[in-house]
Amino acid sequence: MRRTKLLFWLFAVIMVLLFVADVLVGDSSLSPSRVWAVITGNETDRIVVDVVLSIRLVRVVVAMLVGAALSVGGLQMQTVFRNPLADPYLLGISSGASLGVALMILGLPLLHLAPGSVFQSIGIAGAGWVGAAFILVCVGIVSRYVKNILGVLIIGVMFGYIAGSIIQILQYLSSAEQMKMFFLWSMGALSNVTVDKLFVMMPVIVAGLLIAVISIKSLNLLLLGEDYAQSMGLDIKKSRILIFTSVALLAGTVTAFCGPVGFIGLAVPHVARMIFGNSDHRVLLPGSMLVGINAMLVCDIVSKIFVLPVNCITALLGVPVVIWVVCKNLRLV
Amino acid sequence: MIRIENLTLGYGERILLENVSATIEGGQIVALLGRNGAGKSTLLRTLSGMSRPLSGRVFLDGNDVSAMKPVTLARTVSLVNTERVRIPNLYCKDVVALGRAPYTNWVGRMSDHDYDIVQHSMELVGMNDYAYKTMDCMSDGECQRIMIARALAQDTNIILLDEPTSFLDLPNRYELVSLLRDMAHRENKCILFSTHELDIALSLCDSIMLIDNPFMYFDTAEGMKKSGLIGKAFRTPGFDFDSFVRIL
Repeated sequence: MRRTKLLFWLFAVIMVLLFVADVLVGDSSLSPSRVWAVITGNETDRIVVDVVLSIRLVRVVVAMLVGAALSVGGLQMQTVFRNPLADPYLLGISSGASLGVALMILGLPLLHLAPGSVFQSIGIAGAGWVGAAFILVCVGIVSRYVKNILGVLIIGVMFGYIAGSIIQILQYLSSAEQMKMFFLWSMGALSNVTVDKLFVMMPVIVAGLLIAVISIKSLNLLLLGEDYAQSMGLDIKKSRILIFTSVALLAGTVTAFCGPVGFIGLAVPHVARMIFGNSDHRVLLPGSMLVGINAMLVCDIVSKIFVLPVNCITALLGVPVVIWVVCKNLRLV
Repeated sequence: MIRIENLTLGYGERILLENVSATIEGGQIVALLGRNGAGKSTLLRTLSGMSRPLSGRVFLDGNDVSAMKPVTLARTVSLVNTERVRIPNLYCKDVVALGRAPYTNWVGRMSDHDYDIVQHSMELVGMNDYAYKTMDCMSDGECQRIMIARALAQDTNIILLDEPTSFLDLPNRYELVSLLRDMAHRENKCILFSTHELDIALSLCDSIMLIDNPFMYFDTAEGMKKSGLIGKAFRTPGFDFDSFVRIL
C-alpha cells in the first residue's frame, strides 16, 4: 500500500513538471522565459498572455484530457473483454466517429451540399460525436440480446469494418483536396480544440471518467469473467451498458475533437499494470489515468518539438509497449 | 436447502431433463453424476439462477430463484465453475476478497469483519500461506482452492461446483472433496458438485444426484449404489458397468 501511495505521488509530481514543460514548449516565437513570466503573473503584454492562455494552455489541457480518457477507456475494454489487446476503439466507436466526420468532409460535397447546411453548423466534432453515438446505440442493442461477450466483440469489430469501408468508398469518390482534409483530421491534432470547444469536451470526458469510477467494483468482478461476476451479484447487462457508455463518451469525444489518437488506450493500461503491479481497479484506474496523462504530455511535447501530428508520436512510443505485451503473453521474455 | 419443482431443462428441441423434482437439505455434500452432455452444467447454471429453465421452478432456502435480485441471489448461492481463472497482478487474498462483493459498498470497501471472513475462508481451504501470491504462478489444484475460498467468503448456505476435481491429480481430488465434505457437515452448508469420479462420489458423498436423460434420481450414496441406476445410466456396450460399481 505504501509503495502504491508513493507511486501516485511520484506520477503526480512528474505530471506537474511535464505540464509546465509542455506549456513552455511551442512552435511560435515565444521564448520559454516569456511563457514562464505569464505563468508566474509577471507578463504585462495582454496579447502574449492571451496567446499563452488560449492556445498553449488549452492544448496542454486537451492533451491531459485525451490521455486520461483513452487510458481509462482502454483499461475498461481490456477488463470487460479480458483481452490484453483490447482498446477503446474496439467496438467501432472511433470508426463511427470517423464515419461521421467522413460523411461531413467527404460525403456532403459529393451530394453538392455547400457549407451553410445543417451539418456544417454542428462542425466536425459534432459530426464525429453523432457517428460515435450511433455506433454506441447499435452496440448497446447488440449487447442486450447477445449473451456472450465475445459475440458483442465480434459484432462491434464488424461495425467498425462496415464504417471503414463506407469511409473508403467516400474517399474513392472524393477530390484530392477533401481527401487531404480528412487525412489530416485522421492523423489527430490536439490544436483543433479551441477554448469554446474545450468547455464542451471537458464536461463530457469528466462524465465518462465518473461513470468509469462508478464501475470500479463491476470491473474488479469482471476480472474473473462474466459468469463469476454474475454469481457474485453483478447485474451484467446494467454494468455492460454503463461501461460501454463510459468508453463511448471518452473515446467518442476524443475522436470527435482530436481525431483518432492511437495506441494510448491500448498501451497505457499495460504500463500502469506493470508499474503499479496490481490488477485491482481501485488502484489501476487512477493509476492508468495518471500514466495516460503523463504519456500524452510527453507525446505532445515531442510532437511540438518535431512539428509532427501527435498520432505519429503515440504510435512510435506505443508500439514497443504492445510488442512487449505480446512477448510477455507468449512467455518470450 | 435446494428444492427443485417440476423442472424441465433443454435447448430448443433437445430436452435434457423432463419434469424432475428433488429436495436437497443443508448439511450434506451431494455429487451430481451423469454422462457427458447429460446436462450437469446446465442444471448447475439453472440452480444458480444464471440460466432459465424451460419450465418448473427452483427454490433456494425457500425463495424462488427467478424472483431473487442479483445481490440476494449472490448471498444465497455461490458458484465455482470450470473456467480456469489466472489473473496476473492480483494477490490471492484479493481474489478471495471479491467473494465479499454482495456485502460491500459501491466501491467494494472491506470492513474488518470482511477481512476476517476472507482470512477464515483461506484457512478453511488450507491456503493461508498463499495470501500474497498471484494465481499465474500457482498449480491447478492451488488455484481451485483459491476459487473455492472465494466461494466460501461469499458466505452462502448453498455452494455449487462444476467439476471441481477435473484438473487435479488423485490425492488432490480426494483431499478436495474431503475438505468440501467437512465444510458441508461442520458449517451446515448444502454443497452440490458435478463430477465424473464415481469412486469419489460413492465413497465420500452423502447423497448422489444422477441424471439419466430425461430422468433425474436423487438418493443416498448407499441407496444409489444398491439401486443399479448408475449402471443403467452409464451402460456401454462391451463394458460391465454394474460389476464395476459393485467393487467401488
